[in-house]
Amino acid sequence: MMSENHYYNAADLAKFSNIGEYQKELADKFFSYYGEVFKDSALSAREKSLIALAVSHAVQCPYCIDAYSSDAYEKGWSEAQMMEAVHVAGAIKGGAVLVHGVQMMNKVKEIAM
Amino acid sequence: MIENANKISLEKVVMKTLHRQQHELANAHNQLQIIEHGQTGDFALVPFQQKLDEAGLYPLKPTGIQTFQVNVGKMCNQVCKHCHVDAGPDRKEIMTKEIMQQCLHVLVQNPSLQTVDLTGGAPEMNPHFRWFVEELKKLRRHVIVRCNLTIILANKKYNDLPQFFAQHGVEVVSSLPFYTQDRTDRQRGNGVFEDSIKALQLLNGVGYGMDNSGLVLNLVYNPAGAFLPPSQEALEKEYKTALMERYGIRFNQLFAITNLPISRYLDYLLTSGNYEKYMEKLVAAYNPVAAANVMCRNTISIGWDGYLYDCDFNQMLDLKVACSSKHIADFSMSDLNERSIIIGQHCFGCTAGSGSSCGGTVT
Ligand code: SF4
Ligand code: SF4
Repeated sequence: MMSENHYYNAADLAKFSNIGEYQKELADKFFSYYGEVFKDSALSAREKSLIALAVSHAVQCPYCIDAYSSDAYEKGWSEAQMMEAVHVAGAIKGGAVLVHGVQMMNKVKEIAM
Repeated sequence: MIENANKISLEKVVMKTLHRQQHELANAHNQLQIIEHGQTGDFALVPFQQKLDEAGLYPLKPTGIQTFQVNVGKMCNQVCKHCHVDAGPDRKEIMTKEIMQQCLHVLVQNPSLQTVDLTGGAPEMNPHFRWFVEELKKLRRHVIVRCNLTIILANKKYNDLPQFFAQHGVEVVSSLPFYTQDRTDRQRGNGVFEDSIKALQLLNGVGYGMDNSGLVLNLVYNPAGAFLPPSQEALEKEYKTALMERYGIRFNQLFAITNLPISRYLDYLLTSGNYEKYMEKLVAAYNPVAAANVMCRNTISIGWDGYLYDCDFNQMLDLKVACSSKHIADFSMSDLNERSIIIGQHCFGCTAGSGSSCGGTVT
């Protein structure tokens, strides 16, 4: 079947592992690393899921948002907790924009009379 | 506007059983049609039979029946949204003392049936419940009661259930879909969480869940929505910490159970538009190791009217065992041990991820 005529297709998420068809070795390495990252360790898998949700929003990846909205909810985070995580991403992104305002100020001060 | 919104949110939404609504899903045949072929008749998933075949498990055979699970009736004080029994206060199907006597007779004849698992509805609402438990203990069987917790507070006559359970050394298995009020009440009804916490404290009070008391209290988690349970082990830790810190509650084990697409949970999946995606999720998570350990291989399920089923799910789908020993009055262990278990697409609920049974994961 031809793929739908838009850049993002929800069904493509399930095909993620197909990236190995073109370069197996690197895909295998990536997926094994990915699996390790999300295991219970110094941080619990549950905590990592909420971090992943926030990062998904920061990188605005629709696949990751789909996956980690389900995963974080499944792992017991409440709606309010999940939204606060998104706000953390928003605050950092907003802060990251605004803190560059200092750079802008520096430059302007440098050149202004 | 705001006033109106408040009014609606304060209104207590009273759930009704499908049976009472005369809903088409109250009929087992209609449910099976959807489970096997989808809503439009053309929803084709890989057949469960094919998956079993690939694993060398088809036809599915018992490995030796040890657990005798008795559904003593569909009456319940709650009307949970996910209930596969479609239980509720209006259900009148209750096991009679005569059928219970036939069960006891079978247990006398079959000493290998070591565990008797009592379920419902709320099994305690059966008027012969206490008598039955006492008789089972006289036969020295391990007795499990699937207690919904709120029944203990539902009426004065049930307030002493914790003492009754303790006196007979009954293992208590109780649903607490989550350790927060919000998720629990959404699935089981307003106020259920608060009453469940009180009931758990009463059970702890008589020794349930306490070290060295020998009184076992296990909790059941099931997802409040269209998703699969997370890791049972991690969840047990979280439950233990949260319940201890917030309410001083102790318990033994947590069983993480997957919801099967039957009865009210099927209705929920269909009305929320989640049915197809949920089934696909179950199939994608199929685990052949879990398939080898499904509970129907060592359990027999007895309905309120004495008919025999492979499991409580097949019971609700009215799929009686495929052998001549169809009723407790004609119970034949050899016949039952040689039968083939009836399977269907709903079985994917038992084989997803780490698997699911009345005792939690199976791998
Ligand atoms: S899930 Fe259990 S407590 Fe809830 S309605 Fe069904 S039988 Fe009753
Ligand atoms: S639904 Fe019943 S018959 Fe099917 S696998 Fe589960 S326990 Fe066995």
